[in-house]
Amino acid sequence: MGDYLSGLWTVFEEYDVLAAFWVNIQLTFWAGLLALALGTVLAIMRISPIASLRFVGTAYVNILRNTPLTIIMTFMILALVFQLALQLSSNLSDSYFRFAVLGLAVYHASFVCEAIRSGVNTVPLGQAEAARAIGLPFMDSARLIILPQAFRGAIAPLGSVLIALMKNSTVAAAASVTTETASTMKVAIEFNPDYLMEIFGVFAIGWVILVIPVGLLTTWLSERLAVKR
Amino acid sequence: MSASVLFDSPGPRARALMTVFNIIGALALLAVVGWVVYLLYLKGQWSWTLWGPVFAGDFWVYYVWPGLQNTLRSAAFATVGAVVFGVILGMGRLAHNRVVRWTSGAIVEFFRAMPVLLLMIFLNLLLARMLPGLEDRLFMAVVVALVLYNGSVIAELVRSGVRNLPKGQGEAGLAVGLTPSQTLRSIQLPQALVAMLPALLSQLVVVLKDSALGQIIGYSELLRSAQIFGNAPPINNLQALLVAAVLFIVINWLLTVLAQRLSRRLSSRGRAAVAPTAIDAGAVAGAAPFTGGAGGRVGRV
Repeated sequence: MGDYLSGLWTVFEEYDVLAAFWVNIQLTFWAGLLALALGTVLAIMRISPIASLRFVGTAYVNILRNTPLTIIMTFMILALVFQLALQLSSNLSDSYFRFAVLGLAVYHASFVCEAIRSGVNTVPLGQAEAARAIGLPFMDSARLIILPQAFRGAIAPLGSVLIALMKNSTVAAAASVTTETASTMKVAIEFNPDYLMEIFGVFAIGWVILVIPVGLLTTWLSERLAVKR
Repeated sequence: MSASVLFDSPGPRARALMTVFNIIGALALLAVVGWVVYLLYLKGQWSWTLWGPVFAGDFWVYYVWPGLQNTLRSAAFATVGAVVFGVILGMGRLAHNRVVRWTSGAIVEFFRAMPVLLLMIFLNLLLARMLPGLEDRLFMAVVVALVLYNGSVIAELVRSGVRNLPKGQGEAGLAVGLTPSQTLRSIQLPQALVAMLPALLSQLVVVLKDSALGQIIGYSELLRSAQIFGNAPPINNLQALLVAAVLFIVINWLLTVLAQRLSRRLSSRGRAAVAPTAIDAGAVAGAAPFTGGAGGRVGRV
């Protein structure tokens, strides 16, 4: 029993679980910010009166939403970094990290766009009509009237996108980010096969602790911030 | 274009302005596309030595076709398994017995919180240890991981589908003397499953996309085949991966269109009230007022 415990202790001394989760959190944070910005722009394009912008927005969403994230991440490394020799930082591992953030962001932006559009659908017609009646042009009515209410109505679907983004940040493994949880777990188990269940258990509990509160928080926020009608 | 109420139907000045913006938008798009094309030209990516192999028969016969078969095989097995697992878990979540309800709830929440990749890697290592002689280990790891995750999502669909049925359905079942579980099985589930079909099809897109995660553990599906081909000289990963991506996009896009058609057909049969996607705000408010037509449905990530 003592051997077992001290063995387990050495495993987690060697593999820093918290540091691995920190990498996933950082990936989620930066990719989330970028995806939110890009997704909002796409949503505005898709509800705008300009046909060419609507076309670009729709095409972007339909293409990115139907591409596997794994392909995007693999493409980032094999095509952009190795084949085209592009770099986002002089430090190699920083460069990989940034490409992973970029890949996560462009993929999830399409889902952010759709979430915001579903939020726009929760805004009653009268709001848009009132905005037009007082003479606001499209950008002003979108910026001042529609989008603020749409965001409040879109918190629940945006929360689902955030949770998906957190979990999908493990796919950064395909973009050579080897310090995140899935890769760390793989190496830890491969070198300590006797503790297979224990190592998976620790990572699994970590994910449950990370994901479930975010779900509860966004549900609570969406109820609290929803425009009472 | 009177479909949107975000802006008035344009007068002559607005129309002129919109034409100008349309041209600017189109030019901006062309500029971006042109810039990418030029960048690729600078790096010599348009040479036929790189593109030629991608259109040659060998690539399609020995790489794309076997890869696609493996992708579709794992997705098909995973979908069937996920539906079975999901319906059982969903029934568990609706069960009368508290222990069954809580256990199924815990299983669903656990697998919904797990990254599929983490599960896949774990299952692969677990199978390697428990069943060292297993031939199709990678395939099994991919399928089981997809079943566990997507089954939990489907369980939630089943639950919300049954919850969204008119209350009278369950009450009528009890009134004619069926037990609660009989009512669930023979009255509520069949109706909920029909209403769920479009959502199930969109989930199939998720399964297909996630099957590409198998590449990371070494399962030779479409993405991995394309990558192996691209890594061989002349190194043309960019071209090979683009072909794989286009194939995935076309298949998934067809599935999405099918799901939308089916959803429209079901709602024209008067089943709109039981559609299980709570996010589909457009359907709740009648027509999607701003985005028009099929807007409102949020694709699953």
